[in-house]
Amino acid sequence: MSAHSLALPSARRRGAFWRLLRTEALLTWRRPIGPAVGIGLPVLLLVIFGEVPAFHHRSASLGGISAFTSYVPVVVILGLALIALMSLPSPLTTYRELGVLHRLSTTPVPPSWLLAAQLLVQATVAVAMAVVVLLGSVAAFGSPAPRSPIGVVIAVGLSIAGLFPLGLLVAALAKTNNGAMMIGRLVLFPTLFFAGLWLPRPLMPRVLLDISNYTPLGAAVEAIQDSILHGFPPVGPLLVLAGYAVALAYLASRLFRWE
Amino acid sequence: MGASSDGPAVEVIGLCKRYGEVVAVDDLSLSVQEGEIFGVLGPNGAGKTTTVECAIGLRSPDAGKVRLLGLDPQADRAELREVVGVQLQSGALPDKLRVDEILELYRSFYRRPTEVDELVGALGLETKRRSYYRSLSGGQRQRLNVALALIGNPRIAVLDEMTTGLDPQARRETWGLIRRVRERNVTVLLVTHLMEEAERLCDRVALIDRGRLVAIDTPAGLSARASTTKLVRFSASSPFDDAILLARPEVSSIERRGERVSVTGSGELVNAVVLALAAEGITAHGIEMDRSNLEDAFLELTTHRQDLVAEGSLS
Repeated sequence: MSAHSLALPSARRRGAFWRLLRTEALLTWRRPIGPAVGIGLPVLLLVIFGEVPAFHHRSASLGGISAFTSYVPVVVILGLALIALMSLPSPLTTYRELGVLHRLSTTPVPPSWLLAAQLLVQATVAVAMAVVVLLGSVAAFGSPAPRSPIGVVIAVGLSIAGLFPLGLLVAALAKTNNGAMMIGRLVLFPTLFFAGLWLPRPLMPRVLLDISNYTPLGAAVEAIQDSILHGFPPVGPLLVLAGYAVALAYLASRLFRWE
Repeated sequence: MGASSDGPAVEVIGLCKRYGEVVAVDDLSLSVQEGEIFGVLGPNGAGKTTTVECAIGLRSPDAGKVRLLGLDPQADRAELREVVGVQLQSGALPDKLRVDEILELYRSFYRRPTEVDELVGALGLETKRRSYYRSLSGGQRQRLNVALALIGNPRIAVLDEMTTGLDPQARRETWGLIRRVRERNVTVLLVTHLMEEAERLCDRVALIDRGRLVAIDTPAGLSARASTTKLVRFSASSPFDDAILLARPEVSSIERRGERVSVTGSGELVNAVVLALAAEGITAHGIEMDRSNLEDAFLELTTHRQDLVAEGSLS
């Protein structure tokens, strides 16, 4: 594959990739169910949590912050998980079912480019979602501004890097689009539990918290939470996310079927 | 390495490919000249698609050598993709893309692509340019598939089962299109299990069965090769004894129904019948004959191959 892509002159490669990227963006725009859920649901949750007065009381059991503030990173990670596990695998498995990937492998453009274009489109949606939720929590609901904005950027970036390969792995393991949707959901709910969607992480028993720290979603919540409340996040959760990014990306690339 | 202009457009020597225990292609060799419409014909599961996929480098053969325009499909992959356009079986596209968006996208992949306007005109898709893929009919989708195989201005077009699932009208339109493709000096490798398609379009046909090459010939040559029983019907100017005809080696049986006489046999049957009758001063009127066609050859050469191999008449 590498010799293949190297052989294309760079100007034409850029032209072809740009077209592919535009086409993927256009398709996402024309069937906006992915972004609608991936951005819409977190924003809806943020507004609901934000409108409940009790959520704004500081709580000692949450380490002196309000429930709303403790949920902000969870909501961001919920959005990322929805995009990674639902929006990302769906077009890829659909393309495989339609034979689009097979067709691409007969042209000078390798099918991996389509994967890259789809990753970029979904990453853009994910960043947009994170920006809306984080800005909205501060501007509309008075949550504290992040102590370390750069820490937030790095934490969100690594969260995308750690969660998106999980979606690729789902696309790799599923035979059909319906299968991918089902596996996606099966992975989504337990991981969301460890992110603290139902039981905030500070309230988790020690053993659950330990497990949570080593799940990609738990580590992501921890990294974003720390950047907001304390400053640049500790190395632990960042390393966990980076580890998932590398391991899952490797697995997905080994297991992905192009036809 | 560039594509060479000498030698055959497609050269396959001793190709073998197995999937686990199943032998898909077994020692297959063929050669296609530039500018030919070459048919790869055989029953379902004969190994046609595997042969083609090995030829275009989508699968690596277990043994044998493949060259397209002198290029090695594995080593010269990138160059090959530029000069070979492929339409694979059952390839669909996203519903929510328009025809011209699809064509412009695939056009951007190639070094020397053809003009979209020209291709759309040649394929009769002008009125559909702004239509979503979803709204195209089966025939229009297939024409778009062919358009995508041709958009890179290839020197070889590989078309796999391109008329499967089309109604007869759409099928005829597609055939007309393939003839126009040849006029652009493109070599066409046509995979099909439809006899009529091969008979109408192909300059030569390779007949494949159970992964092996059974025969390569022109469609007419293949038809003639079939030793299928022939049938001649006629009315005689005066009564005659069956023995006159049965004495001829070409004749195997005679049946009478009223005025009409039906003679079955092989070889130059009509000549044999007419000459034998003429020697007795009898004329045959209203001669009808059932000629064997490619379909007979196909059935004969594929279903009875095992017996023929046993008899040593085919190796």
